[in-house]
Amino acid sequence: MAIRIENLSYVYSEGNAFEKKALDQINLIIPDGQFIGVIGHTGSGKSTLIQQLNGLLKGTSGKIFYNDQCIYDEGFEMKKLREKVGLVFQYPEYQLFEATVLEDVCFGPKNEGLSPEEVKERAIEALNQVGLSEEYYEKSPFELSGGQKRRAAIAGILAMHPEVLILDEPTAGLDPKGRDEILDQIKKLHTERGITVILVSHSMEDVANYVERIIVMNKGCVMFDGIPREVFQHYRELEKIGLAAPQVTYVTKGLEERGWKIDTMVTTVKEAKNAILKSLGK
Amino acid sequence: MGIIEAAKLVFEYAKYSEEGSIESVVRAIDGVDLDVKAGQFIAILGHNGSGKSTLAKQMNAILTPTEGTLYVDGKDTRKEENIWPIRQTAGMVFQNPDNQIIGTVVEEDVGFGPENMGIPTEEIWSRVEHSLKSVGMWEYRKNSPNKLSGGQKQRVAIAGVVAMHPKCIVLDEPTAMLDPNGRKEVIRTAWELNKKEGVTVILITHYMEEVIDADKVFVMDKGKIVMQGTPREIFAQVEELKKYRLAVPQVTLLAYELRKAGLNLPDCVLRVEELIEELEKLKCQEEEKRGNQN
Amino acid sequence: MIRDITIGQYYPADSVIHKLDPRVKLAGTIVYIVSLFLFQSWIGYVIATIALFSVIKISKVPFKFMVKGLKSIIILLMITVIFNLFLTPGETLIQIWRLKITKEGLMTAVFMAFRLIYLILGSSVLTLTTTPNNLTDGLEKALRPLNKVKVPVHEISMVMSIALRFIPILLEETDKIMKAQMARGADFESGGLIKKAKSLIPLLVPLFISAFRRASDLAIAMEARGYRGGEGRTKMKPLIYKTRDKMAYIIMLLYLVCMIVITRMI
Repeated sequence: MAIRIENLSYVYSEGNAFEKKALDQINLIIPDGQFIGVIGHTGSGKSTLIQQLNGLLKGTSGKIFYNDQCIYDEGFEMKKLREKVGLVFQYPEYQLFEATVLEDVCFGPKNEGLSPEEVKERAIEALNQVGLSEEYYEKSPFELSGGQKRRAAIAGILAMHPEVLILDEPTAGLDPKGRDEILDQIKKLHTERGITVILVSHSMEDVANYVERIIVMNKGCVMFDGIPREVFQHYRELEKIGLAAPQVTYVTKGLEERGWKIDTMVTTVKEAKNAILKSLGK
Repeated sequence: MGIIEAAKLVFEYAKYSEEGSIESVVRAIDGVDLDVKAGQFIAILGHNGSGKSTLAKQMNAILTPTEGTLYVDGKDTRKEENIWPIRQTAGMVFQNPDNQIIGTVVEEDVGFGPENMGIPTEEIWSRVEHSLKSVGMWEYRKNSPNKLSGGQKQRVAIAGVVAMHPKCIVLDEPTAMLDPNGRKEVIRTAWELNKKEGVTVILITHYMEEVIDADKVFVMDKGKIVMQGTPREIFAQVEELKKYRLAVPQVTLLAYELRKAGLNLPDCVLRVEELIEELEKLKCQEEEKRGNQN
Repeated sequence: MIRDITIGQYYPADSVIHKLDPRVKLAGTIVYIVSLFLFQSWIGYVIATIALFSVIKISKVPFKFMVKGLKSIIILLMITVIFNLFLTPGETLIQIWRLKITKEGLMTAVFMAFRLIYLILGSSVLTLTTTPNNLTDGLEKALRPLNKVKVPVHEISMVMSIALRFIPILLEETDKIMKAQMARGADFESGGLIKKAKSLIPLLVPLFISAFRRASDLAIAMEARGYRGGEGRTKMKPLIYKTRDKMAYIIMLLYLVCMIVITRMI
């Protein structure tokens, strides 16, 4: 088991007029190799939670274990943790700073203290993984298009060879094709390298299409935790906290209400199509 | 005459090399013809870099045509003396909510436009009140914009434009940086302005769900308008849209897939309810058929 | 950490102080600061204390907020105290090794500390009760005579008010970029001076780029809303002196006279 969170709470600006409980008694286990979606509206605590996982924020109480070692223990190397748990922030392209794309991707591995050859090797490998070919290596990151910048920034984290990859809204602001491209590449990484992926997203359709487990956050607590088909059955409760199920779930639910005998546990277009065709006897 | 009329509109800008010489000329808008009637709700779709934001900036005379013409409420944007009247006629809301709010208090920000127009003090106050109420942000008038959510900030930005009494509002990807709730707030506000105040709305976006109610949809690619029509006409062309890096709403895609699998569904379905109705009809027909056969 | 800076943060409340004309508050702050350096005797401190705390009380801003502003000057405060404490010649009170604490030193140290604290608290009252826009409006109007000698008063005040609006945004951004680079293994704390300075590059480059992008966005947004400099602009909140403002000026004058008379007499 890779990450274990025990009774984790986090309070912002403790003892001050703006005091706010961002996380409230969180208990979670994140095993190796899962593809997890974290959903919740703005302020639900999901961004706070992922920053806890690589030690950028420290819980007010509770513990986090990485490979059975508590990350708050004295002498625990935070820097090593951040290599293992890679975090891609929202709009990661705003952190690019080097003169060329390649150099920027090198920044992470360089900080790990690797040899220059190894650093370059890793950077090239990471850029390949996100689909940026050699012609971009020597370009300035600021000459790239929005989607390419985003991918270069993700490569910057991948080059550190993380075992867990966390992405906060990796598709924000991208056009539909750009969204699919990034998510497909992440999916590929997950299957090929077997790394754990935690995807924070607002888009229920994206989450349903890609992840095997959904964690729903609300008011600093975990509200639901399960496979997409189960979680989206609670679509009425999800609506109350400003979320929703994918559109196709509503279609099959609506048909069921009208007396159709149909499988309503669908979350993707393909599943919905099959369920409807089956129900019509085709 | 339409409120916004473009004829063979071209916009080019130069890209400079590091030495400062012109490296290449980029044609961001390439021969666009557009005719928007007053009171309409128009949507412009296009992927990142398709030229849709550049087109939006033309409508407010922030950029002016290299070739061709653009008339806003009958005024030529190329004429220097028209710039300020045009900016009053066609207000603009931008993508990043933080980078367009000037005031440090909500009401002061909304008053910024009228102040620039030289409106007398009492009237500024009544305009500020009216526009904050029309976007539902009146109770936040004393707040600092920094403490608002993204959707609320965008509504303040809209109020700031409304206070200038424009005939037309251009929203340039106003929801790109917002969460689903914020997106809904902003789109609902835009519709209310269109319905209640009769303001012409031009919405630029790449979220397909936001445009299903629009009067007309334009799709841009490489600086050209490549598709235009009602949302129903546009979304019926799933494969064509994919070519332009766009997608259709999930329910539309489901209907499309079902039709491909042989179900007799209409060319385009935009809403969940609609698809349920259509499937229900289909089922009844089949049952009848079966009944007749027996 | 960065978010604790109080200066430039407006605290909304419904009080007379909030409603005062910003020019009055500007003048009041200057009078107060000057008065702090006028006197040497303890009675002056008593009056200054009473004046300060009554204003804070009337302003309805929680005292906690005022104190937060002090955090940023704590080091400066310590240095001042220590220097005055040990380096003022005079009658020795305590001697530790070669360091002498003199009676005069103790007196000056305490007085200097109070002066500094009151100075910060006094200016915090101004910034906490006045919106930055209001403040710059006040400055613009107070400095208007300078327009005649070709000082671009409107532009200066616009620049200031925009800067104030973007300080919290840029601070938040700094925090975010720092975290993002830390996630890539950046280390902002350890190492010598040169290493530390170098480690700031990954923070400063994105920060500057972002600031420029914001500036250009904002310029376009302002133009789109018809901004073209100070000429022909009207004011949503024009500055006109009301009775309470005149009263405030009188109180200020009384305070100043009081201070001068008392410090001369005692």
